[in-house]
Amino acid sequence: MARYRAASLATLRIVPTDALTLIYHRASGITHIVDAPVPEILEALAEPLSADALLAKLAAQYDLLDADALALAVRLDELAAAGLVERL
Amino acid sequence: MKHVTSLRIGPVGFRIGSAWRAPIDALDDLYRDYPRPVIPDFNVHLFAARPWRRYLRPSVHIGGDFVIPDAAPLPLAQALLAAEMGMNLQMALGQRGYLLLHASGVERDGRAVLMTGISGAGKSTLAALLMARGWRFMGDEFILIDPATGMAHAFPRLISLKNEAIPVVEALLPHARFGPRLTGTPKGTLRHVVPDAPAIAAMAEPAAPALILFPRFGFDPAERPVPPSEAFVRLTQASTNYVTLAERGFEALTDLVARAPAIAIDYPDTATGIEMVERLA
Repeated sequence: MARYRAASLATLRIVPTDALTLIYHRASGITHIVDAPVPEILEALAEPLSADALLAKLAAQYDLLDADALALAVRLDELAAAGLVERL
Repeated sequence: MKHVTSLRIGPVGFRIGSAWRAPIDALDDLYRDYPRPVIPDFNVHLFAARPWRRYLRPSVHIGGDFVIPDAAPLPLAQALLAAEMGMNLQMALGQRGYLLLHASGVERDGRAVLMTGISGAGKSTLAALLMARGWRFMGDEFILIDPATGMAHAFPRLISLKNEAIPVVEALLPHARFGPRLTGTPKGTLRHVVPDAPAIAAMAEPAAPALILFPRFGFDPAERPVPPSEAFVRLTQASTNYVTLAERGFEALTDLVARAPAIAIDYPDTATGIEMVERLA
């Protein structure tokens, strides 16, 4: 099963604002404006995890109202395409 | 270039060369109270595409250190607009020292109010009328944010009034110095007004950004607080060099929206707009 890891913290400048979080990705020079659960996913993926293990970790840390493995997989694909998450 | 002048606006020096004498004379007159740069940062050239075009239906091409290919020339009678566009172009494409916001700005007691919005939102008009009420005019086109300090620097070039704003400001600033009325420009009728003496005297003094406004003209009065994340997005769109400045731009802009609250205001007429700005500032 594919495992995922967040881009190195050294390549990210993360600034939480109101509801949204601003992320400058130094490697690409692109600014991302993200909503929950993206900051939480990036934090949880400091260590490589499979999608299932990530979902379990997030469910343990947060009250997930709609814990949905498919939705999380789609999010991870988006984050991998943006370069914020690596697929190992 | 046959005719040359140089002038400093805020922290930026320009050298402007022209194939014709008239535009330089007009600039020297309207900018007569501005300081001269020791070393210009940018060059602007007003030139004729073909030698005979200096005389025959003279048309002004805009050149300089940074150019847009295929920019349409302007008739010689609109050379002041050509010079303004040439200076804007150098700033928009070449400025690296400051985060550039397409905004107008005024200052009182060290607190800067920045106003940004689409063309026609009333940026220039509001800034000019606030100047008439004793605010220090900081600029009607660009406000420069210093990434190192977060301070707003002024860029008080001639105020560029368009169409229906012209009689409004003429009536409120009867003693101001105005440029010629330019008709039939791509932006309609245009008239420049020289910022007042305090604006020119203080143009090197930065001010702390205290309030960001997103005005819209022609709507019923309304105010809406803009959260920092939305202000951030709107200001990236209002900046011509955000991407170029890379992480320095990101830091400058996140710092700006963290320190200054942002409010979107709708106003039906300038009197209401002025009242809203002064109440919120």
